[in-house]
Amino acid sequence: MTLWRSLKGRVGEAPLFEKGAPGRKGYVLPELDFEPMADLGLPDEILRKDDPMLPEVTEFEVVRHFTRLSQLNAAIDTMMYPLGSCTMKYNPRSCEKAARIGSFAYGHPLEPEEFHQANLRVMLELGNYLTKITGLDAVTLQPAAGAHGELCGLMMIRAALTARGDARKVVLVPDSAHGTNPATSALNGYQVKSIVSGPDGYVKAESVREAMNEDVACIMITNPNTLGIFETEIREICDIVHEGGGFVYMDGANLNALLGVAQPAGFGIDVMHINLHKTFSTPHGGGGPGAGPVACVAELEPFLPSPVVVGTPQEPRLDYDRPHSIGKLRSFHGNFGMVIRAHCFISEHGVEGLMRIGRDAILSANYLRARLKEFYKVAYETPSMHEVVFNDEKQKANGASTLDIAKRLIDFGFHPPTVYFPLVVPGALMVEPTETEPLEELNRFVVAMRAVDQEIQDSREDFKDAPRTAPARRFDEATAARKPRLRYYPKVTSAAEQ
Amino acid sequence: MSVPDTLKYTKDHEWVREEAGLYVVGITHHAQEQLGDVVFAELPEVGDTITADESFGTVESVKAVSDLFAPMTGEVVEVNGALEDAPETVNSEPYEGGWMIKLKTDDTAQFDDLMSASDYSAHIA
Amino acid sequence: MRYLPHTPEDVQYMLDAIGVESFDEVIAGIPEALRKFPLDGPERIGEPDLMRHYASMQTGGDVKSSFVGAGLYRHFVPSVVDTLIQRGEFLTAYTPYQPEVAQGTLQAVFEFQTIVAELFGMDIANASLYDGASGTAEAALMALRLGKKRNRLLLSEGLHPEYRQVVETYLGSVDSTVETISLKDGRVDQGQLADALGEDVAGVIVQSPNCLGIVEDLAELGAAIHKSSAKFITVCNSPAALALLKSHGECGADIAVGEGTGIGVPPQFGGPGVGLFAVKKEYLRQMPGRLCGQAVDADGNEGYVLTLSTREQHIRREKATSNICTNQGLMALAFTVHAALLGKTGIKELATQCAQRARYLEQALASKGIMRRHSGAPYVNEFIVELGDKVEDAVRLGVQRKIAVGFDLGRWNPNWQGGLMICVNELQSKGAMDELVSLLEEVVS
Repeated sequence: MTLWRSLKGRVGEAPLFEKGAPGRKGYVLPELDFEPMADLGLPDEILRKDDPMLPEVTEFEVVRHFTRLSQLNAAIDTMMYPLGSCTMKYNPRSCEKAARIGSFAYGHPLEPEEFHQANLRVMLELGNYLTKITGLDAVTLQPAAGAHGELCGLMMIRAALTARGDARKVVLVPDSAHGTNPATSALNGYQVKSIVSGPDGYVKAESVREAMNEDVACIMITNPNTLGIFETEIREICDIVHEGGGFVYMDGANLNALLGVAQPAGFGIDVMHINLHKTFSTPHGGGGPGAGPVACVAELEPFLPSPVVVGTPQEPRLDYDRPHSIGKLRSFHGNFGMVIRAHCFISEHGVEGLMRIGRDAILSANYLRARLKEFYKVAYETPSMHEVVFNDEKQKANGASTLDIAKRLIDFGFHPPTVYFPLVVPGALMVEPTETEPLEELNRFVVAMRAVDQEIQDSREDFKDAPRTAPARRFDEATAARKPRLRYYPKVTSAAEQ
Repeated sequence: MSVPDTLKYTKDHEWVREEAGLYVVGITHHAQEQLGDVVFAELPEVGDTITADESFGTVESVKAVSDLFAPMTGEVVEVNGALEDAPETVNSEPYEGGWMIKLKTDDTAQFDDLMSASDYSAHIA
Repeated sequence: MRYLPHTPEDVQYMLDAIGVESFDEVIAGIPEALRKFPLDGPERIGEPDLMRHYASMQTGGDVKSSFVGAGLYRHFVPSVVDTLIQRGEFLTAYTPYQPEVAQGTLQAVFEFQTIVAELFGMDIANASLYDGASGTAEAALMALRLGKKRNRLLLSEGLHPEYRQVVETYLGSVDSTVETISLKDGRVDQGQLADALGEDVAGVIVQSPNCLGIVEDLAELGAAIHKSSAKFITVCNSPAALALLKSHGECGADIAVGEGTGIGVPPQFGGPGVGLFAVKKEYLRQMPGRLCGQAVDADGNEGYVLTLSTREQHIRREKATSNICTNQGLMALAFTVHAALLGKTGIKELATQCAQRARYLEQALASKGIMRRHSGAPYVNEFIVELGDKVEDAVRLGVQRKIAVGFDLGRWNPNWQGGLMICVNELQSKGAMDELVSLLEEVVS
């Protein structure tokens, strides 16, 4: 991260739209190799008269603009990024290269399948790998992200219940869940019934038993949960829900912790999504694209979105003849570009490498916990899996909040952990180091966290206006929300300014 | 913490003031403090009927949304349009400029059933 | 393993610090029975062999040209786009939750929102949705929210069939009905639309150019739709066309949805693409997806933050405007970079050149007696030719000759059988088009 201190009262670069000059171009189109028509024969009333407000710039100006913008970012490549629940691990560049080979990048989904056997084969193989990793029976790669996978899974559950002639209205969601769980339930027309987490940070089977009735379609449960704690009673919970005629949806956001450690099918779940951009390291890209394949038991297989890839690696093909399918959730085959990257990641690790990932991620998180627990209150005494949730209880006495801790960490060269989530922990600081951070970097993080705490103990108040070394200081987000300015408008310069 | 004696309160942190036969409703000092910087209030339209204990709108800060619960059943006869441009008034003057709606109702007994200032103070203590 | 740093010594050091003898103690919370499972999977493959393997799997490497569009359009993407989006600072950052260290991503998103709003001629655009199809479904849900008690949605038959399927899937458990307005001579049947409109219609969804490549008269449709106070939802999956055709905003769109693939983003077998989503400003608070806005920092400097997050699932949970959490950040960046390169004039010039090439091909085919369907209807760069019962033959011969000749329209709708839909972009040389002409001539003769 480079510091571009503000010029003219702005943090970053001048807006793209203020760059360039009339007549400059950053493109060349091919020469027309025939005599063009004088006019395209399009009626005047459907044509656009004005040009969109885009800049006129050379390629070099574009390169400099975006390169300088990039330098204002923190990223995994530049610093440890322990954003809990997001699994910010190293993104191998071989996967990027693979995604740019031939029909992986340039294939069109409606061209003859003969041209794109490689794509279908990769889809089939990744589907197989995911069934082996989860222990479940069938997979769709269509959902474009985790939340999209949730939507898919809940629709499949609804379809299966409808097929049984059993209309149910309620989804059980633990209070520690991601916001996408209740939002997805609502989008599916379900009422959400919240389950209170037990005192140890996991859902008690007893609470599920009390909430379970013939109106409950399913439970959505994250395991390990968003507190970084293994749902110890998961097997019993699944049994209770099944006995009550419902299904179990597992939010696979934290699958990374389970690689080589435990297998979701063994818990008794029916359907889950897998975030390829977390567990299988497709890059986060500043907010996406993700990919949220869904794996399920045989009973739910008929309801998977259409089409599915079938056949053998030598002769893969698309099967559109799926009368019970919930339909389509996204055009074509989902975020295929993420499928090839995940395939590459899994192939390079092999079973042997995959088996180590969960262990290493869990070790790293518990190591940080052990080294920091005297300084920061651990929200739950229960052992952690791949991430650990602290809170600001100890620091509050000296007037510092989770926000202050997070912002001050930036000055020490770390991206802050996830803050104020899960909602059940006031002032949560959720740290997920992942398996790819080396021990020395974990130690640097420990030193930084302790230093921030020391500043707070000493009431040095450095934390109050942190960060001070980042490209920007804290923003006035309230004013930004009261008077939203969501796009660039050309400045009207007054005569006095000219 | 400011809890004026002249007002009535709900457990959901709304206040009500009787004014020229109408009932003015807003959120309490305590509520705005819990919420933080208010950035937006979604209010009903004049002529809408609202029902006691049901949501009649929402108030938002940067990172939270809170339902507004009707203290009594009645018809909305005026809405504080000034909040559209200056929602921060809910923070700075929760009991004056930050009022939200004015209600008309024949069932005035509802007003008497609301919490007193001392009960509300105990409620938030 | 080159990606995993923990050595046996590191592991021992960490176990000691944790205060346990073995890893099994660390995961004592997992019942013993759940820790036993078979994990089989691929043997690990090193990068050189893996890349060779991927290259050797390719079966389309020698394809000479492709005339398939059908809702997903290819244009040449300059190398520099990929160079910039592969910068680690963009590629390996996440959602800009901490604006102090994410100004690069945030400013790029702000510029993306501006470009999308400009292309559609709309007030405001969001930071992107998954794709055009799910964006259309989100628009349908938004129209139902805005319409309160209105619960009918009218979908043009010209809406891409996969988009339509996605809308229907999304609305599966929503109290609403979806009806189709047929095409007449390739365009929305205005008489049928007028009859169908009524006080219970929440929104009307029209794609232009439609899935047959034909440009709709959006302004006229917009006027008719607004008379009934239904929301006018416009869809465009050919982003270059946006700079050539009258803007959706000018035509009265309330919500404009698009697919950005083609500008900065290669087809990638259908995804990731970039869903474009723009609205009139009065509907801002019902909009799904992320938004970036300008803000001032503690030093008084202008910068950017994510804003109006209270609409979203992580705050409003079951009452959110959508369950969407991610955007298509990196694809939105690619779109922004390519759009910046094309600039004020380039997108229109690109669309115009594609249209010129398409007209060359149309005439060359006509001279061989292969005629355009709906010949009077306006189109940009994709059109249908009548091949009767020879469509499959044409596709098969194309496979042999390594040419993707076009899209067999009968795959979408039996009523459209006999039509081969041909898309022409700036990369189709005269030679490639002439080769297609002779191939089709051979098939029909």
